[in-house]
Amino acid sequence: MPQTIGLAAHGIGCQRGGRLLFEDLSFNLAPGEGLLVTGPNGSGKTSLLRQIAGLLPLAGGTLGVTGAREDAVLPELCHYVGHANAAKSSLTVAENLTFWANFLGSCRDHLPNALAGFGLAALADFPAGLLSAGQKRKLALSRLFAAPRPIWLLDEPQVSLDAPSLKLLDGAIGAHLAQGGIAVVASHTPLKTKFAHKLTLGGKRAR
Amino acid sequence: MRAAFALLKRDIALAFREGGAMGTALGFYLMVVAITPLGLGPDLNLLSRIAPGMLWIALLLAALLSADRIFHNDYEDGALDVLTTGPLPLPLVAAIKSLAHWITTGVPLALIAPLLGLLLNLPLDAIPLLVLSMLAGTPAVSFVAAIGASLTLGLRRSGLLLALLVLPLYVPVLIFGVATASAAIVGPASPWPPLLMLCALSLASIVLAPIAASAALRTALR
Repeated sequence: MPQTIGLAAHGIGCQRGGRLLFEDLSFNLAPGEGLLVTGPNGSGKTSLLRQIAGLLPLAGGTLGVTGAREDAVLPELCHYVGHANAAKSSLTVAENLTFWANFLGSCRDHLPNALAGFGLAALADFPAGLLSAGQKRKLALSRLFAAPRPIWLLDEPQVSLDAPSLKLLDGAIGAHLAQGGIAVVASHTPLKTKFAHKLTLGGKRAR
Repeated sequence: MRAAFALLKRDIALAFREGGAMGTALGFYLMVVAITPLGLGPDLNLLSRIAPGMLWIALLLAALLSADRIFHNDYEDGALDVLTTGPLPLPLVAAIKSLAHWITTGVPLALIAPLLGLLLNLPLDAIPLLVLSMLAGTPAVSFVAAIGASLTLGLRRSGLLLALLVLPLYVPVLIFGVATASAAIVGPASPWPPLLMLCALSLASIVLAPIAASAALRTALR
């Protein structure tokens, strides 16, 4: 399924607890382009991703999608993988992914795909509570394959991943971009993926 | 539709697997009702007169025990963030999670009430009305509890605050619930008007409470 969806921000700002994190931020992502967001701790990387996912209100400016259906809403086009893994420890790996696939509205059964994405197939019947930190991270990232969505919002996706998994992650983002998807990645550590746009937050206000 | 079913199924599965929720509520219910006769003495007439009220009060407290689980776990592990990006509007997510709470807490509590009624010398002919009133009233209990649960998200020891917030809202449910259940015991009054009021309360909560809860959830997610 070729993607035709773009993401554009015009002059958006973010205020947290009375403090202005950033303002007048603009970017324009065409289908197949990635945005790497960097910046010191507390510069608003997570807040920017949460704004795109519709979890935080904008302090001015507009966010919009281009090329989507008329009735499409931005949050419903997004996969948000934040710091928390959203994995239920008493459900098995497969049950966790099946739930997200059904809930996020994938039209086919994407479970084998999702389990293979980060090599969790062998752990399918394992309770998620017994997974290691890195495996839980992979479970959260596997959600990306459980339901196809054009915009990926990844907040520090590499945390606690080992080298082979980092390669898988790089490959997954690369493949997603190659299919015309969009990825917005907040990260401190460099990824091998080539990002068309880079954004550094907190440059002026960094203390 | 599929998303709604998936969420309902997951919440019910979690309530069973993580134990705690249902077991604690039923155990608490049993304990409160079991110690009442010990405190009041063996006056059977008195016990059977207050049985509907005691059963209803204990039910409200027991239901509140597990109320903070409606949203708390999903908030802690980040699942709530992802739930907001799903195809369901947030009020519907709140409604489905409240419904799951009703199925895993309200219904079992209502169904075990006749058994506990035996401890309070509840007349046998009052049992059908008691169960009916509880099945009609507990949806309001679960849906209103969801408002309290969403308002107290992210607070430490939120359970106590939740009880303070929500118990006053249960007063109408309690009044009409007890009126329905005790109609068979105390008076010639008909049980149907209070039962219909209970149904009305439940229907109104099912419609209105998820809207309030989702507004509180939005603020909690910021």
